Amino acid sequence: MMQPRSLHRRRDCLRAAGAALLLAAGGPSLSAPPAGPDNPDAIPTWQKLRVALFQQRPIAPAGDWLRLVLPVRAEDAAIVPVAVETRPDSSPAHAIESLYLVIDNNPSPLAAVFRFGPRSGRADLETRVRIDEYTHVRAIAQTRDGQLHMALGYVKASGGCSAPPGKDAQAAQATLGRMRLQVQPPPQPGAAQVAQLMISHPNSSGLAMDQVSRLYAPPHFVRQLTVTLAGEPVLSADLDFAISENPHFRFYVQPHGDAELKAEIVDNEDLKFHTALMLRASGS
Amino acid sequence: MPHRHAGAHRATHAARGLAAACLVACATALAAHATAPDAPLPVQELRPGVFVHLGAIEDWGPANGGDVANLAFVVGSRCVAVIDTGGTPAIGRALRAAVARATPLPVCYVINTHAHPDHVLGNVAFRGEATRFVASARFARALAARAPSYLNALARDFGLRLAPAELVYPDVAVERSTELDLGQRVLELRAWPTAHTDNDLTVYDPASRTLFASDLLFVQHMPALDGSLRGWVAAMAELQQVPATLVVPGHGPAREDVRAALAEQSTYLDGLLRAVRAAVQGGLTLSQAVDRVGVPDGASWLLAERFHRRNVTAAFAELEWEDDTAPATGARAPGAKP
Repeated sequence: MMQPRSLHRRRDCLRAAGAALLLAAGGPSLSAPPAGPDNPDAIPTWQKLRVALFQQRPIAPAGDWLRLVLPVRAEDAAIVPVAVETRPDSSPAHAIESLYLVIDNNPSPLAAVFRFGPRSGRADLETRVRIDEYTHVRAIAQTRDGQLHMALGYVKASGGCSAPPGKDAQAAQATLGRMRLQVQPPPQPGAAQVAQLMISHPNSSGLAMDQVSRLYAPPHFVRQLTVTLAGEPVLSADLDFAISENPHFRFYVQPHGDAELKAEIVDNEDLKFHTALMLRASGS
Repeated sequence: MPHRHAGAHRATHAARGLAAACLVACATALAAHATAPDAPLPVQELRPGVFVHLGAIEDWGPANGGDVANLAFVVGSRCVAVIDTGGTPAIGRALRAAVARATPLPVCYVINTHAHPDHVLGNVAFRGEATRFVASARFARALAARAPSYLNALARDFGLRLAPAELVYPDVAVERSTELDLGQRVLELRAWPTAHTDNDLTVYDPASRTLFASDLLFVQHMPALDGSLRGWVAAMAELQQVPATLVVPGHGPAREDVRAALAEQSTYLDGLLRAVRAAVQGGLTLSQAVDRVGVPDGASWLLAERFHRRNVTAAFAELEWEDDTAPATGARAPGAKP
């Protein structure tokens, strides 16, 4: 009977993958019902993660200047769009330095940590995540004054982390690392522009078992993203396999004359890919 | 044509506008699930030796006891082939009881048309020395990957605890096609490239000219995409070539006007493809596309609110890369200059 061995391997994979970001709480037991939408502060995975990330620092509920946009029920658990929206706001107290995206009931709950650089312009962000269980999702923003603010959501989805990656593994390998970077024209001259980055990558969790070998494939995912404009930071991120296959990011970039916008990624096998495009001063 | 009706028959739901085409107008109402353990599942003999149970046109859940997929069995002179086993072990047991009531012959094959829970979780009821389980070569991987989430859903939503060992995996993996001889009746099995899922398999019975289309065809129930929209569109064209005079879809009533049933679904899939492609090319985000791409004109579909947005999501993720011809690393994005 090979089942015990494969279960053992599964735990190894979880551990290896969790270490990529932060080995916080263990994955939720498969048989334990997930915590419900009530009392989100009391959820054990969150309590452990909170201490690991923020110790005893207070976390205030975010005002309406910071919103987490999620579907109530995921249409597809392997591709759940998540957006963080900020209100254009001159208040320095609301200038976001970094943003933690936490999915309580995922095997590895810390999905991403984003840091916004001087060329970001706006801390709005959109990506897509895998969600493994009915769960709370949290966006915790650290503002430049060092305070923490949390926007909270709840989404009904299940099985996203174990969804098989790629319908065609060979085709996925052939396009591995292909990137598309596009920028929308500014709404008015000099205003921050929306950039979209698409990365062809299985971003696999290692949680989908190969039934023939009864082994879990090792996780393979983008672990780091860096976006710069003329060498100045726009956005950087530490990422996890909770980000969906073919990782996708929308973010803002503050234009600065003629300058090269460059996106670089590193995956957990230390494969590096990059793409770039020229942003030209408006009117040229 | 003799129609043998077994079990309760709740006529609640006429097939809107399709009654003439629909073999059994009240088919959708035959989804009554067993009230006593192992009470035979209601089935109808649509063609001699071809028995069909029609699941409820609903989402897989406790409200319908998980009885939402169409199930069937075909009787030869030597033995029986069961096609899909239902969304819980209890449905599988009730189907086994329905087989036993229809024929004394043994079940030699259980065919799984794809690895979705409403079609496979009754497998355990048929496990035995004489029975071989048959599915697409891609089935086992798909079921293994999803098994934890299916078992979780059974526990969370149905209050049913099922051990992983109670999921039955195939003994016979079909790479492209195979035939199963039931005695004076040979079923033709065909495994498909990724369409509804990546492990779809259809069954054709030339003796009765019945096509068991599995979830490659939905009738009344909105099609649900969990594979490749472009692959599914291509599969529809090939299905039109099958010389069937009766089609049993994965969900919804059986139809004798086979081509029309296929064409209705093609209208939806083709429309979805056009609309999502336009959304991608128009620069919409996934969320915007999900909010804005409506149900294409054509047949009206049940469960649209549950499945259409999901279909847009899956289609968008597939199509946003489709015209990618840019080389890899270091490429400049096309059309990015303002």
